[in-house]
Amino acid sequence: MAERARRITALWLPRFAIERWLVLAARRGEDVPPEVALALARPGTHGPVIHATTRAAELAGVQAGARAVDMRALCPVLRLEPADTEADSLALERLMLWLRRFCPWTAVDGAGGVILDTTGSDHLWGGEAAMLVEIETALSHLGLSAGLAIAPTPAAARALARFGGVRAISGADQIEAQIAPLPVAALGLGADTVLLLQRLGLKTIGDLAAVPRLSLARRFNRTPAAENPLIALDRMTGRLPTPLDAPADPPRYLARTRLADPVQDPTPWIPALCEDLCAALTHDGMGARRITLTLYRTDGEIAAASVATARASRDAAHLARLFEGRLDRLDPGFGFDLITLVGDVTEALAVRQRRLDGAADDAEDLARLTDRLRARLGPRALTAPAPRPSHIPERAVTWAGHAAPLPASAPPVPRPLRMLDHPEELRVLYAVPEGPPAQFVWRRRPHRVVRFAGPERIAPEWWADKPGTRLRDYYRVEDHEGHRFWIYRDGVLGDGRGQEPRWFLQGLFV
Amino acid sequence: MTSPKTQIALLRRRNREVPDNRPQATLSEVFAVTPADAAATGFALAHLRGVRGPVLWVQDHLSRREAGMPYPAGLPFDLGLMHLDVARPVDALWAMEEALGCPALGGIIGEVWGAPQVLDFTASKRLAIRAEAHGVPLWLIRRAASPDLSAARERWRVASLPSWQNEDDSRAPGQPVWRADLFRARWRQPGSWVARLDPARGLIMDHGSEGAASESPVASPVSSPVASPVLVRHG
Repeated sequence: MAERARRITALWLPRFAIERWLVLAARRGEDVPPEVALALARPGTHGPVIHATTRAAELAGVQAGARAVDMRALCPVLRLEPADTEADSLALERLMLWLRRFCPWTAVDGAGGVILDTTGSDHLWGGEAAMLVEIETALSHLGLSAGLAIAPTPAAARALARFGGVRAISGADQIEAQIAPLPVAALGLGADTVLLLQRLGLKTIGDLAAVPRLSLARRFNRTPAAENPLIALDRMTGRLPTPLDAPADPPRYLARTRLADPVQDPTPWIPALCEDLCAALTHDGMGARRITLTLYRTDGEIAAASVATARASRDAAHLARLFEGRLDRLDPGFGFDLITLVGDVTEALAVRQRRLDGAADDAEDLARLTDRLRARLGPRALTAPAPRPSHIPERAVTWAGHAAPLPASAPPVPRPLRMLDHPEELRVLYAVPEGPPAQFVWRRRPHRVVRFAGPERIAPEWWADKPGTRLRDYYRVEDHEGHRFWIYRDGVLGDGRGQEPRWFLQGLFV
Repeated sequence: MTSPKTQIALLRRRNREVPDNRPQATLSEVFAVTPADAAATGFALAHLRGVRGPVLWVQDHLSRREAGMPYPAGLPFDLGLMHLDVARPVDALWAMEEALGCPALGGIIGEVWGAPQVLDFTASKRLAIRAEAHGVPLWLIRRAASPDLSAARERWRVASLPSWQNEDDSRAPGQPVWRADLFRARWRQPGSWVARLDPARGLIMDHGSEGAASESPVASPVSSPVASPVLVRHG
């Protein structure tokens, strides 16, 4: 079972805001001894409220969420500092990305929580217990105290990190026993639901799990899913899947323009944006392979267009030209006020010297032409032939997006210069059993065969064709006006694969 | 002409520094007498024998459906090929104009079906000037179209002729020959020729009688394989 194999690590940083403040204070050279009662205050509806406290303040009775004036009456020596919640959440996001040193998949989980999917990455640190110690040590070097837990589901790991023991590790079979003693608040439900459960006498998750499922479902059938204790319990035990979203890495190369008023047409801003992006790319010696232009509309929607280049480029004029004709299809809605240009895919690009005689670089010119044609007409419009090992004529060549060297030697048998996309059936007016038709009708015009060469028999490829595919006898024929065609008979009479063989025209000779 | 005013004029002048005041590359049109006849393709392709870079092949949707795609194994000589499949004639014109600005290309073959509104005199003049400025030859293959007003420097009408006698097999088609009819030209006299692509010597045009199966290619007095065809006037 795939669910059983998952290992989720939850981090709970209960004092993230105040510890971050202390670290910044130490960096400023201000030493705050641990016995000082310190609290951060954020603006509330009726004056400042306590946002975070040190342990000393908490022992003195200061509670987070209470009004600052009340707490100061309780603890006159309390030192209050303004909280910076926005910077805190940004710092938490940076910490989340930093934690990708332990596993490739991390996500922020509410205020002060981080979820890590450490499935299969614990052995790099010598097992799960050693990994938890490693993470805790790394965080303590940053001045952060954390509760950690590993469980098969994110909800259980989150509950254990907040309410469980020190560095709790729960296997898939012990999960129900481990979460049973935790209080119902660990379910992550709203305060009203927790209060309701406590009034019903269900103090712990074990009490809740002991109630028959049918009774719980009936009691909470009108409760929304986010507040439903049964759903929360199932998510914790793994009966219900828990979707989580890990954000992608932030783009390294980004240029943006903020507009004072919403506008409809982004064209005038493209060159400047491309130049900004290319300046950043030049600084790092990189070139863009794919860039995306995003318009942030005033009505909360976004519109985006991507262009790709055949070889890495940091030529602003070239990149700007790739957007020609692409912007008409973007829906600006009622206008947009922010444009960003992101280098999605970048590659190292060394500085190259142009040739001294000033002549153009052929490969670079071709790459630019390729980019422009593909940007305007779609990535699949431009193709180059690539040979394939097959005897069937239409399979012997594929039209791929990249050029491949064709065999230089001419084929031993003549092949037509043009091939129809699909062979077209002929109406044969007169045929001899062996040999080409004496006369046939193609596209409502009769053609009298004057000369012919053949047959060239091409057998079906049994490893690729459907059973019952018939062999083909190809003829080069020339009609009375001098047109030369490549026709074939699909099968021979009496091969036991269907009715009388039909005739098709597949190619045109010069 | 005193001094070149623009870059285009400069390029055109440089391009014309060949005898006969003729640019090396220009826009030529080939009208296929029958739409589904590869003779026009072969004739245009024969002029691109021995070019340096790859050839871009632009086809609109209708040309591709009616006359098929180029087949690399059937090319008469080695050629780097890039194929561009576009839906509308206006896209084909845009792509050809864009590609003409890339001197790394050896040439362009464009196929436009019928006579769309966008392919008017102005559009063809733009293509011709751009081709001459950048030295990229453009061969425009027209099918199911009447030769209306156009700025193409050479306009051909090409049809298949019965092929030569095959020495190995008298019943089989031999070397293909075409009737090439130059009905409008800027730098030379219009005329009518019998053209064929010799594997060793390139495009050869002479005034052989139609279906002249007896004439041998060696007996022909012209024998210089050049990018621009050798024309022989008899009488």
